[in-house]
Amino acid sequence: MEATIQALGVRKAFGTRTVLDGIDLEVPAGSIAAVLGPNGAGKTTLLNILSTLVAPDAGTVTVNGHDLARDPSAIRESISVTGQAAAVDEVLTGEENVTMMGRLNGLNRAEARRRSRELLESFDLADAARQRVVTFSGGMRRRLDLALSLVATPPVIFLDEPTTGLDTRSRRALWQTIHGLRTDGATILLTTQYLEEADELADDVTLIDGGRVVASGSPGELKAQVGETVVELKTHDGELLAAVPTDGTLPGLRAAINQLEERAAPGAAVSLRSPTLDDVFLHLTDPAAGQATTQKAFS
Amino acid sequence: MSTTNTTTPQPQTTLGPGRRPGRRRPAPGVADAVLIGRSVRHSLRDVETMLMAVLLPVMLMLMFTYVFGGAISAGGTIAQDGGYVDYVVPGIILTCAGFGASSAAVDTATDMANGIIDRFRTMPMRSSAVLTGHTVASLARNLVATAVVILVALLVGFRPSAGPAQWLAAAGLVALYILAITTLFTAIGVVAGSPQAASGYGFVLLFLPYLSSAFVPVETMPGWLQPIAEYQPITAVNESLRALLMGTDPGWYGPAAVAWCIGIGAIGVIWGAAAFRRRAGRR
Repeated sequence: MEATIQALGVRKAFGTRTVLDGIDLEVPAGSIAAVLGPNGAGKTTLLNILSTLVAPDAGTVTVNGHDLARDPSAIRESISVTGQAAAVDEVLTGEENVTMMGRLNGLNRAEARRRSRELLESFDLADAARQRVVTFSGGMRRRLDLALSLVATPPVIFLDEPTTGLDTRSRRALWQTIHGLRTDGATILLTTQYLEEADELADDVTLIDGGRVVASGSPGELKAQVGETVVELKTHDGELLAAVPTDGTLPGLRAAINQLEERAAPGAAVSLRSPTLDDVFLHLTDPAAGQATTQKAFS
Repeated sequence: MSTTNTTTPQPQTTLGPGRRPGRRRPAPGVADAVLIGRSVRHSLRDVETMLMAVLLPVMLMLMFTYVFGGAISAGGTIAQDGGYVDYVVPGIILTCAGFGASSAAVDTATDMANGIIDRFRTMPMRSSAVLTGHTVASLARNLVATAVVILVALLVGFRPSAGPAQWLAAAGLVALYILAITTLFTAIGVVAGSPQAASGYGFVLLFLPYLSSAFVPVETMPGWLQPIAEYQPITAVNESLRALLMGTDPGWYGPAAVAWCIGIGAIGVIWGAAAFRRRAGRR
């Protein structure tokens, strides 16, 4: 069966700056896919192209069986998009925002009001329903933004860094929501900077950097490449001397510590941590460096 | 829905597996109606702008009647029977309408800077209905401001001699003028990079009434300026409006005023729509 979201050789340049340099992506129906990458990797541009906001310079895209070049408006009927900026109307109340979006999605007044009550209730915004959004906190805005995206129930959902700026509790609640949407039959594509998030949510992860796909696979497959645990060697004032990925087993740890032996400075301390996006990313873009030493390349 | 192993409550998405039907396109006209309602709410809740929209006509009316009016009348160039008040009312109506319409540029630019337009763009609706909303709200706002000008004018001695048909024609002309400049301001709002920039560009247009027959007759201006003042759009609209209110014949100013408004409105609509489409692909 054809994948619900398919991109083939997608390119986009703004002026002389190439943002996407031939991206291939396939998301099977009913799955959650994560596009993982650092700031400026082209994640948002890719999402803007898939959601009809930006036309690609080259390549083909189909979403829910509709071709982007031929029938973007059919794609718009199949998708819902939550962008990075909270696209809410600050002057209106929370309730007015959701009701307006309901009306713009073809609900009649009564349906729109009912849907608004449901969504505000489930996103924990019922108490603030009659307050103007300008008085909302960042987390409340983000939740309202998501509620607005979920007024309609299209089969494909795009989320651009959905949990950036949320506290841990809200982030976990949102993860549950996203799992729930998949259970509901939706196909979901999200972007994120956090390996942990991709790990928690995604069936498949596509790692991109500099507008290219660096790697793709299940979160387990990706992490297996850098190991389960990273052994770090730091000086007593916290400067990183070396970091070695391991598989977390005793022989693995022993081998790692042996590797660190030669770099040990007086007073240096060893600690263990989980792999981060930095590790996966550096390992995949520069495998040699990943094997031996991982330096903080970006934060 | 209830099959996931979760401890936190699931947001109610109401549909079972595989039953996500897609979006419904709103019926024709619904998007426009909803977004007009939105813009009107914005206008009513923006207390400062509303206050300015009402205070400006009052201040201008009082200033031109009591402060400048004496000096200008004493010059002896105003041929109006009722004195300067009767002369200046149409000019103040147009100045206030221009001021009021300029906030459409700021409203539009604010929307363009926010993510909300992008959200509309990914939905199966005509996203430029946002612009329709701002335009219609501006029309409503400025017709109210016009009523305030006329009310204050009547209180300070304005004595129009228009019949019912002429009042109607005058109201129609003012509405047409507001629509024309609002579409232009809306286009400026789309093109301007930020609400502040939109406000700045809009300000330039607000000086046009002073270079017309709105406040002083064109004949009193320096020779080189007279052709500019005589043939610019505001003079045609202003002279027509004054003639209608005072029950005289607008002559060629009438058709010229209508033609100017339609022309400016058409430029505003075409420019605004094209810029709106172009801004889409840039981000």
